[in-house]
This record gives sequence, C-alpha cells and structure tokens, in this order.
Amino acid sequence: MTNNLLFDFSVDKSKKTVFITREFDAGLSLVWDAFTKKEILDQWWAPKPYASKTKVMDFKVGGRRFYAMVSPEGQERWVLQKYTSISPKTNFKFFNAFADENENPELPGSEWDHTFSEQNGTTKVSIAIYNESLERMEKQIEMGFKEGFTMTLNYLEELLTTLSKK
Amino acid sequence: MRIYLQLISCAIKNLNKMRRDIFQAIADPTRRAIITLIALQAMTPNAIADNFHTTRQSVSKHLRILTECELVKQEQKGREIYYSLEIEKMKEIDKWLEQLRKIWETRFNQLDKLLSTMKKQKK
Repeated sequence: MTNNLLFDFSVDKSKKTVFITREFDAGLSLVWDAFTKKEILDQWWAPKPYASKTKVMDFKVGGRRFYAMVSPEGQERWVLQKYTSISPKTNFKFFNAFADENENPELPGSEWDHTFSEQNGTTKVSIAIYNESLERMEKQIEMGFKEGFTMTLNYLEELLTTLSKK
Repeated sequence: MRIYLQLISCAIKNLNKMRRDIFQAIADPTRRAIITLIALQAMTPNAIADNFHTTRQSVSKHLRILTECELVKQEQKGREIYYSLEIEKMKEIDKWLEQLRKIWETRFNQLDKLLSTMKKQKK
C-alpha cells in the first residue's frame, strides 16, 4: 500500500518499552472500533498467514479479551488481555499475557498503553508496550511467529519469482 | 578436591550466565559507552577505564558482564588483554526487533485495507 502515513517503531531498552506510532487514513470512531470490537479486530490483528480467533471479548475495565493466534497448520497460541483502563476514543490499557487454552496466564506479561487522536481526518495511534524483560519478549516472539514469518517470506519470494518471469 | 571446586565454580558461572539478560546488559549507560568505544578498536581494560570517571574495578565489572553475555570477546596480545566487540551478537539483537517491527507493519497494512473497505460501506 502506497501512502505517506507515519509509521514509527522504536525500542527504549533502558525503559524496557517498545513504542509504535501509526497514522490511519480514517476517522477516530472507525479506528477506535477497529481496536476495540472483536469482529473487526479478528479481521486484521493476526499477520497473515496467521488468523486471529477471539473467543471472549468484554471491552470494559476489568473485562478481558481471550484470543488465539492460529497458525496455517491449525496450531493455537492463546493470549489473555485484561483491560485496566478505558477512556472512550482517547486511550485504553490492558495487561497482556500468553496463556493456555483454559485462560491460565503465563506470567509475567506486558503492559500495553494505546492513545488515539484525530487531525484532519487522519487518526494517529500510539502504542507503548512495557515488558519486564525484553529478552523474554524476544523468546515469545520467536516461539509464536518464527514459522509463520518464514512462510510469508518464502511465499513472497515465490511470488516475486513468478512475477519476474512474466 | 581441586577438581571438585572447579566444577562448582563452573556451575556457578553457568548459573550466572543464564541469569544474564542481554537487554539488561545493554540497558546500562556505562556498558553502552564501552560498547561504542570498543566498536572502533580493540582496547585494554586500562585504556577503556581512562575514558570513564569510575574506578577500574567498576569498568572490569562491566566488562565481565558484557563478556558473559558474549557481547565482547577477549584476546591476549603479549602481556595485555584486549577487548573487542562481537558484531554478530549485536546483530542478533536487532534481528528480533526487525521481526517485531515486521509483525506490526503487516498488521497495520491489513488494517489500512480494512478501514478503506469500512469507509466505503459507510458511505
């Protein structure tokens, strides 16, 4: 997709925090819904070829989202997100942890903070993810995504080869 | 008895090694400064310490932590020990960050498409 929308990704190792900022060519209400409604979330949350399957979502303080990242082979990696703070269309926070299929979290997890703002029809979302240990976060990413991403890259390579032959 | 002690010492070293968090290692400003220094050239602990206002002991401690994380390597040249950077290990750290960045990039590109569809449906 070609656009000049901002995408900023940085890691502050001393603060153990990952910062992600992204602009979207859509109004605040729509973007807020995309982050807070399960029907919409499941359509974009998982990077392909993974799929996001939300089993429970109760978007209120004290509520939770319990979902799985499903690999192309059908393997499920469950994640539990507990909402700790919500200011409608401005900010929401949750505590994120990997879990087993019975919602037992694998602690410790990470703290996510999302901030939304709109200017001239463009909505900016800033996400800060604080993790007690970046190294553990690294391991979890490896566990959850290694195969999926290699697959995507392989697919891309294949596609490019096919395209260049034409 | 001596072998036994060596075994214990080695086991403790391994334990410490496991406890070493690579990100913790580079979170410290002095250690980051040491990394920057020796990225340019291999240096002796004395030469490194000359760049800091702390004691030599403190610099040795930082060097030990960096060595345990395999971020720096030691090389004996004559009577001196030289420290230099393990470039490959540093690259490893960036690799997973790149992976994480990709995940978010892909995710957001998917959201872009979805938002554009939703906007059309609304009209």
